[in-house]
Amino acid sequence: MKDLKMSYHVNKKGYYGEFGGAYIPEMLYPNVEELRLNYQKIMEEPDFKSEFQQLLKNYVGRPSPLYFAKRLSEKYQAKIYLKREDLNHTGAHKINNTIGQILMAKRLGKTRIIAETGAGQHGVATATVCALMDIQCIVYMGEIDIKRQAPNVARMKMLGAEVRPATSGSKTLKDATNEAIRDWINNPSDTHYIIGSVVGPHPYPDMVAQFQSVISEEIQWQLQEQEGTNKPNYVIACVGGGSNAAGAYYHFLDDESVNLIAVEAAGLGIKSGKSAATSALGNEGIIHGSKTLLMQTKDGQITEPYSISAGLDYPGVGPMHAHLFQTKRAEFIAISDDEAMNAGLELCKMEGIIPAIESSHAFAVLKKKPFKPDDIIVINLSGRGDKDLETYINHFNL
Amino acid sequence: MNRINQKLQENKKLISIYFTAGYPEIDDTVTIIQNLEKSGADIIEIGLPFSDPLADGPTIQASSTQALKNGMTTELLFRQLESIRKTVNIPLIIMGYFNPIMQYGVEAFCKKCREIGIDGLIIPDLPIDVYEEQYQTLFESNNLSNIFLITPQTSTERIHYIDAMSTSFIYMVSSASTTGAQSGFGNEQKYYFKRISEMKLNSPLIVGFGISNHETFTQATEYANGVIVGSAFINHIKKNGIDNFKKFIVNILNK
Repeated sequence: MKDLKMSYHVNKKGYYGEFGGAYIPEMLYPNVEELRLNYQKIMEEPDFKSEFQQLLKNYVGRPSPLYFAKRLSEKYQAKIYLKREDLNHTGAHKINNTIGQILMAKRLGKTRIIAETGAGQHGVATATVCALMDIQCIVYMGEIDIKRQAPNVARMKMLGAEVRPATSGSKTLKDATNEAIRDWINNPSDTHYIIGSVVGPHPYPDMVAQFQSVISEEIQWQLQEQEGTNKPNYVIACVGGGSNAAGAYYHFLDDESVNLIAVEAAGLGIKSGKSAATSALGNEGIIHGSKTLLMQTKDGQITEPYSISAGLDYPGVGPMHAHLFQTKRAEFIAISDDEAMNAGLELCKMEGIIPAIESSHAFAVLKKKPFKPDDIIVINLSGRGDKDLETYINHFNL
Repeated sequence: MNRINQKLQENKKLISIYFTAGYPEIDDTVTIIQNLEKSGADIIEIGLPFSDPLADGPTIQASSTQALKNGMTTELLFRQLESIRKTVNIPLIIMGYFNPIMQYGVEAFCKKCREIGIDGLIIPDLPIDVYEEQYQTLFESNNLSNIFLITPQTSTERIHYIDAMSTSFIYMVSSASTTGAQSGFGNEQKYYFKRISEMKLNSPLIVGFGISNHETFTQATEYANGVIVGSAFINHIKKNGIDNFKKFIVNILNK
């Protein structure tokens, strides 16, 4: 999975440029160190690789199609391809990572899984693989999110997971993450923490990025088949924590002829005070064990972000993305709630695909940025919109 | 020699008390410190509140949330502590997460601590290797002891590394847990205390997490030089206010 030593990849010490590292209390050190020492070795074991690939193929349904969006391409005068992560089992890219991590946990001899979830997508993907492997699963979810996302709570319960409310702080994703970390401190020997994004202490950002890198690996050969080149001109993906973007960029990171576009949630507008555009509003600090960009007060208190899309509603961004932003390797574009919702509806009407609102943010870039007719653009369609129907209904008065 | 090390040379079992700055009321900081010294505490840990205290249990989380609601900031805390050395002589440690310290500026933070007369820092999420590489010189030039944690899971090799890096005491976390009061320690913890004490480290050991009463104090100090009481103290002031802590401290030390 990990080839060549590349400059935009993690270095030996766990940093992307100046971002990353493992800023964790001593109580977590043995767990994180165990993972750090073993993850790469385990991922390269032939039986690990083959089990991972078999499950991605037969259980998740990979490869996901790379679909040429004809009508969108005509309208926006470019060659637009959609990477259909929405067609994966459980409806998003999240399962690529949870399959990888559950196999990792088994090889580390862990018998108990914890996870955090915001909207519930990662929680469902974790509960799914725990059911598959018959391992105990506890998902932390903010008390407020539990109320907002009842169907996903029910899904997790049906899959046999216990959903524990996070009642501290702002009672949303960042607090669910805090609670999961506290659980890990209290259960250091038997538990593996399946983090859902390219965030957290090293080696999580790199490990999750590698599990998600199946996306860019497939894009390469699928594009070769359809266009006779394995390089798009642009890869566009939305960024909350950044796992689907990390997966879509991975094999292109060090090929600067491929332009990377990271789409953040502007919410009601970057300056509205109701936004999740971390690169625009954040500065360097520590969140959940990683040195990265995050939204915070002048005094270093982490602030609560806002986006209509629960999956982009995170006050930080993974350290890989912080580095891509700082080095200008990726272009960061902020898309408002309204722009995203309209782009989502356009995709429904023009291509017959109802996208997750997270992914809709990526599509809104088509209206914002001019492309050339020969440009090959891959948009990572990270998830499907079933979970967001209520939000779409309310927004458009359907 | 700074005040912590002087205190550690006294021939007694020490009690260090943690409180969250800005709790219960924004202006309680100085009164709590003065009353703790009068009531017989040996060391005071001033908690700099943080929005996301990963290593803390519910009691300290709630006090931090309240302190931030009350308006506590790093700058305000430093202003409150400006003349603290005119009235107290007790060793003072600031305990806080790294992000607020980074935002203040680590160098500016250390200088301010020195100006005020702070003796040490406990920053649970600043890794020891990053400290060694980037901040050790800065801390030492400002006469600040950086205090590291060990846990039952910390390897022998790492304990020796931490011991070598320590300039005052080692904060020995009693069990695999976040902060919070416990009623008694089990055999596993006693074995751990004994194991560490038999390593004959250079640094004195002070046990924290789960110390709430005379029983846990006695169990811990059989092997260690003292204890740190945090959550139990926060619970105490929540019920009884901040005027007098004598009874609270005596109950832990002597029953």
